[in-house]
Amino acid sequence: MSSEGPSVSMFAAFSWQFVRHAKTLINSPADVANPLLFFFMVITLFPLGLGPDPERLAAMAPGILWVVALLASLMVSSKLFASDFEDGSLEQLALAPYPLPILALGEIAAHWLATGGLLSLVSPIFGIMLGLPTQGLATLMFSLLLGSICLTLIGAVGSALTVSIRRGGLLLSLLIIPLNVPVLIFGTAAVNEAVIGGNAVSWLALLGGLALGALALMPIAIGAALRVSLDN
Amino acid sequence: MTPLLSARGVAVERGDRPLLQNVSLSVFAGQVWQLVGANGMGKTSLLRALSGLARLGVTGDIQRHAPLLYLGHSAALKLSLTATENLRFHPACETSAQPGEIASALAAVNLRGYEGRPVSSLSAGQQRRVALARLVLSPAALWLLDEPFTALDAAGCDWLEHRVREHVAEQGAVVFTSHQASRFGGLQQDMDLSHHVV
Repeated sequence: MSSEGPSVSMFAAFSWQFVRHAKTLINSPADVANPLLFFFMVITLFPLGLGPDPERLAAMAPGILWVVALLASLMVSSKLFASDFEDGSLEQLALAPYPLPILALGEIAAHWLATGGLLSLVSPIFGIMLGLPTQGLATLMFSLLLGSICLTLIGAVGSALTVSIRRGGLLLSLLIIPLNVPVLIFGTAAVNEAVIGGNAVSWLALLGGLALGALALMPIAIGAALRVSLDN
Repeated sequence: MTPLLSARGVAVERGDRPLLQNVSLSVFAGQVWQLVGANGMGKTSLLRALSGLARLGVTGDIQRHAPLLYLGHSAALKLSLTATENLRFHPACETSAQPGEIASALAAVNLRGYEGRPVSSLSAGQQRRVALARLVLSPAALWLLDEPFTALDAAGCDWLEHRVREHVAEQGAVVFTSHQASRFGGLQQDMDLSHHVV
């Protein structure tokens, strides 16, 4: 009977949580497809509501695409820790001999790949659907790639705080929408800048800075919030 | 000799309602403790407090001196994953077990042939057995088991009893809740929570 500390490296523990979550996502393709379908449906509704004038659509496209991405992220973040809370996995995660923020980050990384990451990669298609000028497509993708890291991590804090509350969805939105505002502003600004032929790098750098800051700080908040949620 | 787990003057509340007070317990290597009490008396709450999961409303001094394995009402299994995957990537991250070790742990709980099946296709008792396979894989010395005999058949209960006896013989310690009367005979000590009800 060994009484020393953990028997595997912290990175192994992180990657196990990543693999565990990734495998459950692969086994439920509907959950992965949902935000993409939502994005697709909303994007198809805009030309119907705004009229088919391509120039007007193109002018509004950066804002539309970013707002819908934010809503899609909001939609999925409430599910992030829900099943783990229900099936007791969170209890075990909290008792594991590793820092809870690191383990939660493993799960969040898998969640981000399947939601924000995937959405960013296919976003140029949605951009074309709204008539976004081609010089803005690459910036759209990169801004969403960086921005969705922030959105996912902020959403994870909200999810961790509200996971033990029945019908916590509205509270979650109230908590995290204000925090998402800077990301939305920088992301939209980057795409607008690229569309008019300017240099979007400074906006992307700001988004990258936000993403790195969120990666450094949010896991600590997520770990603390999960412990609070598990406490009775 | 330091106890693996010691609690002194612990009081437990649930919500705003005080449940238990003045609970003191020292669990040494080689001991089996059963928490005894009627439904709603606070067995699970006390076990969660001892594990460190519940801190809100818990007062008193609780110290753990050994890695612990906690098995709650919820089995922490992902239904869409196979039995092997559930143990390999278990959120408690306690095992560096190789696939061979996981297979033999599943064989020990009489689940040979079910290794690659999704847990959703197993019965409640079989799912419980998958969760109990951790008792073979985990290196933790201190086990906190909440109603471990639930949903198990007679053979399963016998296996669990045997495994607990093995564990304490290897200098482990077990605290469990159960409504079954003393399975471990002279080996076990009872903690009757009715003396501590507020």
